[in-house]
This record gives sequence, structure tokens and C-alpha cells, in this order.
Amino acid sequence: MVKVFNFFKKVFNNLFGNNREIKLGFYGPPNAGKTSLANRICKDFTGEEIGSVSKIPHETRNVQFKEKVEIEYKGKKMTFKMVDTPGIATKIDYEEFLKYKVKKKEAKIRAKEATQGIIESIKWLDDMDMVVIVLDATENPYNQVNITIIGNLVARKIPVLIVANKIDLKKADLKKVEAAFPEYEVVGISAKYGKNLEEFYEAIFSLSKKV
Amino acid sequence: MVNKKVVKRKKFISKKKLKKKASKKTIGKIHGFSIQFLPYSEIKNLESEARIKKILDIVSENNILILQGKLKPEEEQKLISDTMTMIRHVNGFSGIELATISHQSEVNLWVKLRNSIARFISGSDFGAVTIIGPATIVKEIKKDPSKIELLLNR
Repeated sequence: MVKVFNFFKKVFNNLFGNNREIKLGFYGPPNAGKTSLANRICKDFTGEEIGSVSKIPHETRNVQFKEKVEIEYKGKKMTFKMVDTPGIATKIDYEEFLKYKVKKKEAKIRAKEATQGIIESIKWLDDMDMVVIVLDATENPYNQVNITIIGNLVARKIPVLIVANKIDLKKADLKKVEAAFPEYEVVGISAKYGKNLEEFYEAIFSLSKKV
Repeated sequence: MVNKKVVKRKKFISKKKLKKKASKKTIGKIHGFSIQFLPYSEIKNLESEARIKKILDIVSENNILILQGKLKPEEEQKLISDTMTMIRHVNGFSGIELATISHQSEVNLWVKLRNSIARFISGSDFGAVTIIGPATIVKEIKKDPSKIELLLNR
């Protein structure tokens, strides 16, 4: 029964798939470069950015999206709804923001908004068709938050692509990220400098076949 | 007279040295926490919601929890959500540090199958250990595939 359903779903997608908007979520820990990557894609294909970027963690504290982003790659076109989410963490201390010269009052507000942003991020997981997990290639990939996000996506049968960002930095270790997630395709990029985005688009188009 | 002064100075230096040695052995000014071990049988019959509540109750009382087995992905997700809600409502609580470690060497198909059956029957992975600590005490849990390292706040 399931096989029959999947067959018809595939036929339907092949016939009308190009017109459908795929909800593409950007998930990951704070400061990994989710907004930087989403911005680069949006700017390349729509001329507009999706959100602001900062060195201060939890800069994105609301789910922000851009609809009808048509990505063209090697003659193929696909339309996406880009969903940039706040970074998921297990702790938030307003004192962390003070290190970045944020005033105490503002830091407390920022911390409160960040907790709400994480709850919102998690709620949006159910709505995604495809998810790009953006990791900082200079950080330890075995962080439990990464494993929790991937575990939940697998349970919901949502296709996943892992992106190891910041490969332009000396400390970046792409092999470590690949070793941590051997069952998934890992693409190393630099969202800041637009490095290796061709491979990223290739992977996105290939993954979209699973939707 | 001169000799007495020399002896006094020697005593003073030795006290200083002792203090230095002692400070190397202690772990700093960490106070008011304990480590609790929770066997899986304690939460086995609880609903997910109650499991999360029990875990957060333990952790919010400044305990580092060592849990036998591991939570389901959706339970871990709920744990993060509830932690965020708690940060908003409980003064002085800034979240948790969390890590799970389980056996990686399921290369052998038979071992994989055996572990899957055991997980299905018991409802959890008994080869796994989950560590959850309050962020005020646990600064970081460094995890590599085969080991967990707890860094405490001073």
C-alpha cells in the first residue's frame, strides 16, 4: 500500500514538481552561518537578503523566510521557500552577550528572545520538506544538539544535507565533520566568500528528488 | 638570634608551598552540587512528558544526572524546548549541558541486529549513557565518539 502511494507521489511530483515550492529549512547551532548561507543564496537569485548577520550569538531570534526563491543550476530550475531559523542551543545566559559589549538590559532582552526563538525553531521542524544543517567546521561536530536535530529529521523522514561552513578558516576540519556523520552527504563551503557553492547546489538539487 | 630568623623564614616558605600544592589538588570554588545516577527502570514506565519533568527537576536542583540509556530524539527535542521555557521562568537557571554516548562498534551485522532487538524489547539503548547537567555548574561537555569530558564552571 505504502509502495503504491509512494509511486503515485513520485509520478505527481515529476509531473508538477517544478511548480511546487519546496520548504527548505536552515538549521544548526548558533553562529554556524545559517543566515550567511541563506543570504548568499537569496542575494544570488533574488537580489535581496533574508536577515542580518553578526558576530554576537543568537543574532537571528525569529524564524525568517523568503518565498519563491527560484534557484537555477545547470539549466534546471527549482522554487524554494527559504526558512532561516534561530540557532538551537541547550543553554542561554545573558552574561554571554555582555562579552560582546551589549548592555545588561539589552542582553537580558536578547536572552529572553533567544529562548523563544529556539522554541519556534523546533516547532517549524515539522513543516520542512528538506533541511540543510549548517555546522561550523571549526567546532566539534559531536555536539548533542546536532545529533538531536538530525535524529528528529530522520524520525520525520525529512531529507537532510549537512553543510560544514567556514572552510576558509585554518581551524576548519571537514574530515572530522564527515567522520561524525558518515551516513550523510557533507558539503564543505564558505558562505562568507561563496566558496564551493556549486557543490552545494548540486547536492540540493539531488536531495530534492527525495522530497 | 640569626638562626631563629632563618628558621622562621623557612617555616613561612614551607606554608606558602603547602598552600600552592593544596590549590593544585582542589577543583576551585565549586559548591553545592551532587551527581545522581538514574537507572532506566526509574523512568521506563513514565510518559515522555513525565520523563522530561523528572530530569529537569533533578537538574534544576544543581545535580549532574547520569542516566542509563538514552532519550528518544523527540524527547531530546522536548527537553530542549522545556529547558528554554524554564530559563524564561526560573531565576538563575540558564539551561543545561547534555551529551549521550553509545557504543559505536556495531560494524558486525549480527551485533547490529542483536542490539536492535534489545532496544526494541527494552525501549532504550542500555549500552548508552546520557549526562545532563545544569549550565551553571557544567561549563561544557566535550564529546568525542568514544569519550565524554565534563568541564565544570569555577
